[in-house]
Amino acid sequence: MNAEELMYCPTHEWVSTTGENGETIATIGISAFAVEQLTDLVYMELPDVGNQVVAGQEFGEVESVKAVSPMYSPVSGEVIAVNDELTDQLETLNDDPYTAGWIMKVKLSGVLPDNLLDFAAYQKQCAESS
Amino acid sequence: MPYVFNTDDEQAEMLAAIGAASIEELFECIPQDMQLKRALNIPAGLGEMELTAHLQALSVQNKSINEQTCFLGGGSYDHFVPAVVDALASRGEFYTSYTPYQPEVSQGNLQVMFEYQTLICQLTGMDVSNASLYDGGTAAAEAMLMAMSVTRRNKKVVVASSVHPEYRQILKTYFACIGSEMVIVDCGTGTTPVEAIAQVVDEDTAAVLIQNPNFFGNVEDVTLISEIAHAQGALLVCSVDPISLGILQRPGDAGVDIVVAEGQSLGTPLLYGGPYLGIMACRESFVRRLPGRIAGETVDRDDKQCWVLTLQTREQHIRREKATSNICTNQGLFALRAAIYLSLMGPQGMQDVANLCTQKAHYAAEQLTQHDRFELAFSDGFFKEFVVRDTQNDVQQLLQQACENNILAGLPLGQWYDELEDCLLITITEKRTKQEIDELVNVLTQ
Amino acid sequence: MRNTQATNLIFELSQPGRSGVCLAASDVPKQDPAEWFPAGALATSAPPLPEISEPDVVRHFTNLSTLNMSVDTHYYPLGSCTMKYNPKRNERIAAFDGLAQIHPYQPAETVQGMLQILYGLQDMLAEISGLPVVSLQPAAGAHGELAALMLAAAYYRERGEKRTTVLAPDSAHGTNPASARMAGFDFVTIPSCSDGRVDIEKLKEHLNDQTAVFMITNPSTLGLFDDQVQEISDLVHDVGGLIYLDGANMNAILGITRPGDFGADMMHFNPHKTFSGPHGGGGPGAGPICVTAELGAYLPKPIVGFDDSSQTYFLDNDRPKSIGRVRSFFGNVGVLVRAYSYILSHGPVGLKRIAENAVLNANYLLSQVKGFLDVPLGNRCMHEFVASAESIGKQNGLNQPAMDIAKRLLDYGYHPPTVYFPLTVHEAMMMEPTETESKQTLDAFAKTLKAIVQESPEVLAAAPHSTIISRPDEVQAARKPILKWTPKQD
Repeated sequence: MNAEELMYCPTHEWVSTTGENGETIATIGISAFAVEQLTDLVYMELPDVGNQVVAGQEFGEVESVKAVSPMYSPVSGEVIAVNDELTDQLETLNDDPYTAGWIMKVKLSGVLPDNLLDFAAYQKQCAESS
Repeated sequence: MPYVFNTDDEQAEMLAAIGAASIEELFECIPQDMQLKRALNIPAGLGEMELTAHLQALSVQNKSINEQTCFLGGGSYDHFVPAVVDALASRGEFYTSYTPYQPEVSQGNLQVMFEYQTLICQLTGMDVSNASLYDGGTAAAEAMLMAMSVTRRNKKVVVASSVHPEYRQILKTYFACIGSEMVIVDCGTGTTPVEAIAQVVDEDTAAVLIQNPNFFGNVEDVTLISEIAHAQGALLVCSVDPISLGILQRPGDAGVDIVVAEGQSLGTPLLYGGPYLGIMACRESFVRRLPGRIAGETVDRDDKQCWVLTLQTREQHIRREKATSNICTNQGLFALRAAIYLSLMGPQGMQDVANLCTQKAHYAAEQLTQHDRFELAFSDGFFKEFVVRDTQNDVQQLLQQACENNILAGLPLGQWYDELEDCLLITITEKRTKQEIDELVNVLTQ
Repeated sequence: MRNTQATNLIFELSQPGRSGVCLAASDVPKQDPAEWFPAGALATSAPPLPEISEPDVVRHFTNLSTLNMSVDTHYYPLGSCTMKYNPKRNERIAAFDGLAQIHPYQPAETVQGMLQILYGLQDMLAEISGLPVVSLQPAAGAHGELAALMLAAAYYRERGEKRTTVLAPDSAHGTNPASARMAGFDFVTIPSCSDGRVDIEKLKEHLNDQTAVFMITNPSTLGLFDDQVQEISDLVHDVGGLIYLDGANMNAILGITRPGDFGADMMHFNPHKTFSGPHGGGGPGAGPICVTAELGAYLPKPIVGFDDSSQTYFLDNDRPKSIGRVRSFFGNVGVLVRAYSYILSHGPVGLKRIAENAVLNANYLLSQVKGFLDVPLGNRCMHEFVASAESIGKQNGLNQPAMDIAKRLLDYGYHPPTVYFPLTVHEAMMMEPTETESKQTLDAFAKTLKAIVQESPEVLAAAPHSTIISRPDEVQAARKPILKWTPKQD
């Protein structure tokens, strides 16, 4: 996926949506900026398929050697797929955070929250924080 | 005498360098009205000679197991400790070092931790071990909390009454704070009744805790209980006697999910109850929920094999309120003792010591129950401890009589089990000779 | 001339059929164990442990020991850990038969000497803390915290109060929040001011009728005495909460001020630090807790009592309000005996001199390093201080200068300070010299440190250069954990 076409949380998760059979499916990952800040990821704890996630709330964690960072869901809904291959291949997050590095897919319950940032706004936030 | 080595002149130089007029000035940050302004009301300091004499005098007021024959057990055992264990563990490079925060200058301790973890896995048949916890009782409590985290069930746990009463008391204390239910299954027949377990374990149950051999010394049907627990998605946590694993089936081969143990038997003296060694080992898939330090293998920048503390994100110094436990230290010195002990013993030594314990225990039980006054309280197979009933119901008199003959005859069980008020738990380690056992029988049947 | 064969993994030294012990044959008639146990209860083979001779075991562990830095061999200014000299006399005393070879379930009349020691220690800790009732049972400082918070919960339950929150400053040890959660409380972090003291205004915002306990480390992990502690206590007490003092830093204030006199209701000691029980490569410690008279009834049981009429000591289990046990048997007695012995070695005058000289040494070291390392929290400290390597990193283009300096210190034979703690100071280097180091050691250390910060970034980033391994790959260790030895597959 193209980073410029995604929406972002202030907490560094990205989201893209597609329509399938009248449902909205959101694909979620974490931004290249976040991966770089976290340095040397060693572990990722992912939700189970079937879990309910809530916008703004924690759905999993990424760990580096000496830090743990929660990941917050940009959307609310049911987890319908999880990228299990990631946990064994964390390098994927560095190499390709926006396509192969997707983390989970969620069937939306409701609409996208209105606090998501577009690429430019997110870039601006990152620039200000570093 | 404080261990302070700077002379008055040096102190003056140091104060000058600091720019302070006096040591008192350095404490000006403590408001005057908070300062004590009087000497502490404790005894005056003693020189080494007086101190040693004072403690020697107190020491001889205690009757050590070298002055009497010890048939006491119940989680603290008079097993033989080879001289090698003391000699090696008293090296200052081991006991005056600390947690290996700097792996480059702690490879000794880290390799010992790694070896200890491996030895515990070999002994228990489990996938992974941590580098130790405080003791067997707190390890059992930590294991139950861990099981709740693994299963994501926080409503209920099931505990057999044949688990060490003090371990159950610790669990009760821990669980009082988190509002989870602890169901006790009565083991009045000497072992855990499998049907009763099946009745209380349900889909809300995080784990079942049993002990094997249990507090009465009896051997439990671990495999069957594990099947019952697993059928409901609960874990089986089992507290074991590490010495028994010389001959008994390893818990990892019997379906146990988390093994805990009091490791004192592995090379640590009685020490009036501590410090001891909490052993904990589990299935590989639970490793990120395992409390305590863990050493792992890696390589250095030159690709040389070495060891580090690893998976530290589980721990309190990183995860703080979300940590798997508040545990900070391990019992490094006692894990070292256990590693030395197990290395010396090897497979044959462990098998031999377990065999000696159980052979002698059965001899003692047979000899004692040849007398009408005594009968075995239970008919189950036991390892090195057994419960004997005094048909005259005068346990205190028996203990008194034995004490007068320099024998610690056993542990009266009425303090924990009403129905066993007339019973003693008698423990036989490999150290007890036939002669000592005969003397015990003799004294108790006078 | 390192013996590299002996330090191979013990499993690689194994030879089938070898053994380090030879047990005597059984002196009772031999029977077949299979008759005693149910089917399947017996193992089909012995546990697959390594097979090693006694001399090989001795050589292996002796050589491993030489790969450690320790207090006996090196200066070890590890902040917050109080790595002071461990008197050898205490080791000999703790090994006396009458202290080491006694069973925890022996009748009280056969262990009166031990009970007298423990009773005496309870009394002395009460006097040193200014808090009159003591439990020696907790097995470590963190365990003492947990026990005390459980006690607070029991106290509120009995009073019919539902209080849910434990608070602590952001500079607190990680054990504080972790203990709070284990005791069933929610945890709130209170920010510190730029001077390292608790931000009182922020604290006030969080104090209410839900406040159970405020945990404070004083002197703090920044090595500063928070002179607002009485005001903080009053504020917390006004809303009905309790003050817990994390006693990690008691070495700085022995005989100078007492937690009970500045508002604490509960505290723990770390006898392995303050009273010099050796650290044992990461334990054992102990975590005795001292509390106010009002809270005493809730302490874990048993505690040691003294019966006036019979003039004997006993284990007091008759304590109906007690939270119950937190550990099996009495506690980490071996550590407590050493603490008793250490306190008696010093007496009131000696204990105060410990604090004075711990503080003198720390201030002196601070005065010697502030010329080349930033010490952001001022020119004075208690028993330790926190320097920052941040500006060194900026000058030299080093990403983790505190780590690099720490590693370089190893080359010069010094154990480094605690780095990256407390979290509130960037590139923190926390130095605690303790009172048992001489001026010569501190001078030499400061001189070395000064030389190191002037070394080239390349040298620092590649350090250590002289240790038996270079920096380990911790990422690989955590990504693909190898936590035990397994036989090599050919």
